Amino acid sequence: MLGFALRRLIQSVLVLFVMSALVFAGVYAIGNPVYILVSPQADQAEIARATAALGLDRPLWEQYWTFVAGAVGGELGKSFVWNTPAVQLILERMPATLELALSAMAIAVALGIPLGLLAGLRPDSWTGRTIMAGSILGFSLPTFWVGLMLIMLFSVELGWLPTSGRGPTTEVLGVPLSVTGWEGLRHVLLPAANLALFQLSLLIRLTRAGTREALAQDYVRYARAKGLAMERVMRVHVLKNIAIPIVTVTGLEFGSLIAFAVVTETIFAWPGMGKLLIDSINVLDRPVIVAYLLVVVAIFVAINLLVDLLYGALDPRVRLAGARA
Amino acid sequence: MNAAADFARDRIAVTALAVLALILFAAFFAPFLSPQNPYDLAQLDLLDSKLAPGARAGAGFTYWLGTDDQGRDMLSGIFYGLRTSLAVGAISTLVALALGMAIGLVAAYAGGWVDALIMRLVDLQLSFPSILIALVLLAVAGQGVDKVVIALVVVQWAYYARTVRGTALVEKHKEYVDAARVMAFGAPRIVFRHILPNVLPPLIVVATVQVAHAIALEATLSFLGLGMPITEPSLGLLISNGFAHLISGRYWISFFPGIALLITIVAINLVGDRLRDVLNPRLASHYSA
Repeated sequence: MLGFALRRLIQSVLVLFVMSALVFAGVYAIGNPVYILVSPQADQAEIARATAALGLDRPLWEQYWTFVAGAVGGELGKSFVWNTPAVQLILERMPATLELALSAMAIAVALGIPLGLLAGLRPDSWTGRTIMAGSILGFSLPTFWVGLMLIMLFSVELGWLPTSGRGPTTEVLGVPLSVTGWEGLRHVLLPAANLALFQLSLLIRLTRAGTREALAQDYVRYARAKGLAMERVMRVHVLKNIAIPIVTVTGLEFGSLIAFAVVTETIFAWPGMGKLLIDSINVLDRPVIVAYLLVVVAIFVAINLLVDLLYGALDPRVRLAGARA
Repeated sequence: MNAAADFARDRIAVTALAVLALILFAAFFAPFLSPQNPYDLAQLDLLDSKLAPGARAGAGFTYWLGTDDQGRDMLSGIFYGLRTSLAVGAISTLVALALGMAIGLVAAYAGGWVDALIMRLVDLQLSFPSILIALVLLAVAGQGVDKVVIALVVVQWAYYARTVRGTALVEKHKEYVDAARVMAFGAPRIVFRHILPNVLPPLIVVATVQVAHAIALEATLSFLGLGMPITEPSLGLLISNGFAHLISGRYWISFFPGIALLITIVAINLVGDRLRDVLNPRLASHYSA
């Protein structure tokens, strides 16, 4: 087990390293941010001075080396626009994004699993079909458009919920959070529901398929033959057996929640990392783009590693296959 | 082949196919169907801007779906937008299909370290959401039709490579491939003339669903301002333009292009689902065995 964990860890570090080189080469090889930063009237000497000040006159490999040396120490360069360390900018906005993503996940799990169980229990009933149709729609609807429609319906037409921002936040252990207050909660609801839509559809399908499969198994038949109520069979026998794939997928999908938060944050003006990314792309603020990507890649690699290790711990077959390869 | 008859047995899928045909028709013949050319500034009347659906135009026709802030007829805008969205979705899918197919076939046929390297790359890419990869590429490359297509190709090729490799690995060990080898045919001929036709059905299914994904992704990127340029407005850009007016209650500028996008995606998905059922290789081999 230790060998397996170690091998996966080394693989993850390797992935991180490769991604950093790719991201660096991609972002740094194209486009010159100096022209955006200096005034249009700047002469050649001024441009050269700005280029040197940003370290952009060095050869690419040297820039990369400086970058890697800094990255290991947690320093990813200063934002061209904000003139503060890029990592700090990202980390400042991370709680907002994590709060949004976790709220979305909570909504998806709280609704998706019961609906999936229901649809799996009665696949041919009116309820089951409606739930499945809703899930198909949830897969097909473009997230950003649903976000606009939510704003249109709940904010503009009905006037129930605010259209943008985080609302008032309260500090919990030094981290500003919206969900702790009523007004903040009202601000979270729409963006979280919007972000949750895809995961919700996915969870419904997954739970439904797992339930249908489990219901056909012998242990369910025996439990029923023993005289247990269907409700208890579902809760104790079925749910336990379909839990592992659900937990795995939910964990893996957390990464895509963070990625899709870029869209939701832009629509609802949610001050998270994703909105910062879009703003930075628009002004070619390279260090922030690179820092965002590396932070997100690190989150992804960490999630994948965690899920893999968890899987290895839960299922010995995975461990053995990993050892052979 | 009774695939067509098989397909026709599902009424929902047939309806979806008909809707899709209508959408394609509208996109192809947009210049003839549209009351105005929404990108010919001479035909736009600023006095007609932000009119509600059903208003009469100064030029005599009716704005059935209203107008945007430039006085552009939304219906015409949607027809032209469908053109761009469908073209970008279809072209990027075709290129990605060809590329992924070639790479997947090479991986399956070559085996060994070539296979291992390619599949590692595929795994690596598929572990990141496509929107993130596309965002990064466009952040680096900038706007433009060609760049959007390239980004969509990069995002999609891995799916095809994986699908093709999986099927080709099975086909590779079948007798007809041995027979071709015995005939001393070269590897390219065996791969492209013998194995390729047999790996196509599952690929067509993946491709159909991927067109819908590509269209949705392009719309999302355009909405974020990183996709299509203002000169080639897709549905995503139309929706994005309407965003600013949504708060003031002018819903139609975003709403109708979104509905068009939604209908297109759902229709493609339904057709793709039915195709999967009809062409399902597992079911097919089950019946022939």
